[in-house]
Amino acid sequence: MKLKRRLMGGSVIGVSTAATLLIIGVMMWMTASIVVGGRETLTWEFLTTAPREGMTAGGILPAIVGTVLLVLLMSLAGVPAGAITALYLSEYASSRSILARLIRFAVNTLAGVPSIVFGLFGLGFFVQFVGTGMDNLFGGVTLKWAQPNVLWASLTMALLTLPVVIVSVEESIKNVPAELRAASLALGATKWQTIWKIVIPNSMNGIFTGTILAVSRGAGEVAPILFTGAAYFLPQLPDSFSSQFMHLGYHVYIMSTQSTNVDATKGIQYATTLVLLMLTFALNLSAIVLRSRMRARQIQ
Amino acid sequence: MSDRRSCRRSGTSRFGDVNANLKIAVPQIHENGGNGVDRSNGGPPARLTKADLQKRFRWDEFLAEKAITAVAFVSLAAIVLIFVFVFREAAPILAPAKHSTQETVQAPTEEEESYGDEALGEGARKLEQQSASKTSVENSGSEGEATWSNLLSVSWQPVGNQPKYGLWPLIVGSLKVTVIALLVAAPLAILAALFTSSFAPRWSREYIKPAIELLAGFPSVVVGFFALVTLATLMQDLFGYQYRLNVLLGGIAMALAVIPIVYTVAEDALMAVPKFMTEASLALGATRWQTALFVTLPAATPGVFAAVLLGFGRAFGETMIVLMATGNAALFSWSFIEPVRTMSATIGAEMAEVVFGETHYHVLFFIGAVLFVFTFVLNAIAEVFIRQRLLKRFRGAS
Repeated sequence: MKLKRRLMGGSVIGVSTAATLLIIGVMMWMTASIVVGGRETLTWEFLTTAPREGMTAGGILPAIVGTVLLVLLMSLAGVPAGAITALYLSEYASSRSILARLIRFAVNTLAGVPSIVFGLFGLGFFVQFVGTGMDNLFGGVTLKWAQPNVLWASLTMALLTLPVVIVSVEESIKNVPAELRAASLALGATKWQTIWKIVIPNSMNGIFTGTILAVSRGAGEVAPILFTGAAYFLPQLPDSFSSQFMHLGYHVYIMSTQSTNVDATKGIQYATTLVLLMLTFALNLSAIVLRSRMRARQIQ
Repeated sequence: MSDRRSCRRSGTSRFGDVNANLKIAVPQIHENGGNGVDRSNGGPPARLTKADLQKRFRWDEFLAEKAITAVAFVSLAAIVLIFVFVFREAAPILAPAKHSTQETVQAPTEEEESYGDEALGEGARKLEQQSASKTSVENSGSEGEATWSNLLSVSWQPVGNQPKYGLWPLIVGSLKVTVIALLVAAPLAILAALFTSSFAPRWSREYIKPAIELLAGFPSVVVGFFALVTLATLMQDLFGYQYRLNVLLGGIAMALAVIPIVYTVAEDALMAVPKFMTEASLALGATRWQTALFVTLPAATPGVFAAVLLGFGRAFGETMIVLMATGNAALFSWSFIEPVRTMSATIGAEMAEVVFGETHYHVLFFIGAVLFVFTFVLNAIAEVFIRQRLLKRFRGAS
């Protein structure tokens, strides 16, 4: 009986340890296989030149520029909106008000909507509805805005990453000690002054974390931009909001499934994946470090 | 009266204590002012009158609050707009006005248009045509139009003389991939969560959790690429099946994307189990694994269940992994080693090439609407499990 119990105890702990190690092991294997595959192709020249010879040679500069442009526009649109929503939820709305609950519900729902549905929405709303509206408004040029472009893709992505920003900023606002607020109010500062001078500077950490996580998500997601702005191949870099763009993730997808000679471009595929992975890895790692520092400060 | 109202207007839960002090202070000063004694003396308390302490109406405060509230509406508006615009484009399918009455049965071999990715093997393509020819005879009553009978048929062939928009192969495909993903991911993630919350030494906990959360940061395209290039070859060598890209591969790749979600939510639920429960169990002489298995895990069941539901929703809606790793043949079969096409992958692969306003376009939006509603319901259920059940259980216990 005792032996049986001990055996079972050992197996429970053993199996759960093995599961944990398996997950981490597969993750490391995945990383290693991509690093090994892409190491040789990944040169400085690869990062700084455009694709050549029907995308079978050359680098990925347009895809890098396109990705950076996308996440930049996305952050400009999404981070302020997300941070202000978090401010509303934690500072202005009382937790029982119907409006606050409704907004919270919307944020949770937004976080669960499949990314491809965001893509459909971007196509149906931004490209078709807003784009056509803008074309009609400005007259003259037809089909300037009513087709996929970097602006619509960024706005779609901003909506997708909104919950990420909101959750992260709200967490850090909650960590601002109530004594600080009380002290500021007791000195005669108004509510808005308190928020502007006390709450926001003290939750900057969370705003950074949220931005980084959102950028990492935005750089990695491909489904929402499939038909809102990403292009297969472009000879020149995007020069206005209404131009299409190349994207690292979309480039990986295209090169590994749609290109005419998949095997010949293996090196490019691996190296592009490696660049994308390093980008998101670095972003996520810095977000994790920032967050753990934030939590450590909270405990003190 | 007016001062109390102004206090209430500014009052939120967070500032409640400050206002409470203010409310007490006001009547005292009011009394002093009423006596008129202090005022004539010019003593320090007389400087403050009731009017001084009243909250003045400030335009900037008012505008700031209104502007912040307005911006907070963005997420609400986004959900409403997503709902409206996805359904608007899908609407022509939901209410098909025209009913095609032609009954021409064409030779099924004419529909040779294949729609897969280049990664799709030749064999898989042939298989797709075979299964299509098997089923096309029985559903040729409503070609071109997306009537309900067409939508509910078992053949998906959107391009050709007789477009067929049968959703069953896609729904079954999505379910097959999701089930495999969950069968792989849920046990692994829950065990890992149990390990982290109950068995892992303290120092290692701080590394394991971020490490698994780092997996959530892997872009789905990267996971898809890994499955397509490395995992596919390995698994074909291992199991020796015919098609390189199939349900099994897609499911296992999807598991990699689902594990972090299930793990994070399950671990949160396990960590939230009150300490007195586990300590009582240990005090009664139970071992650590007995406590973990018979006290911690049962107590956190609603949370673990919610974790699996959230994982289900993620797997069902995930696009890039299935687009790259499942072969993308819209077959109606229950086999797990054949290529498959899911609902999300169908949208991803076909939307770029479709003519706006065509039936095919509306059908793709209809699929998106179904996905939206499905994940919406799943998330709502998961929310109920996390919020209500788990909290009630722990509150009831304490």
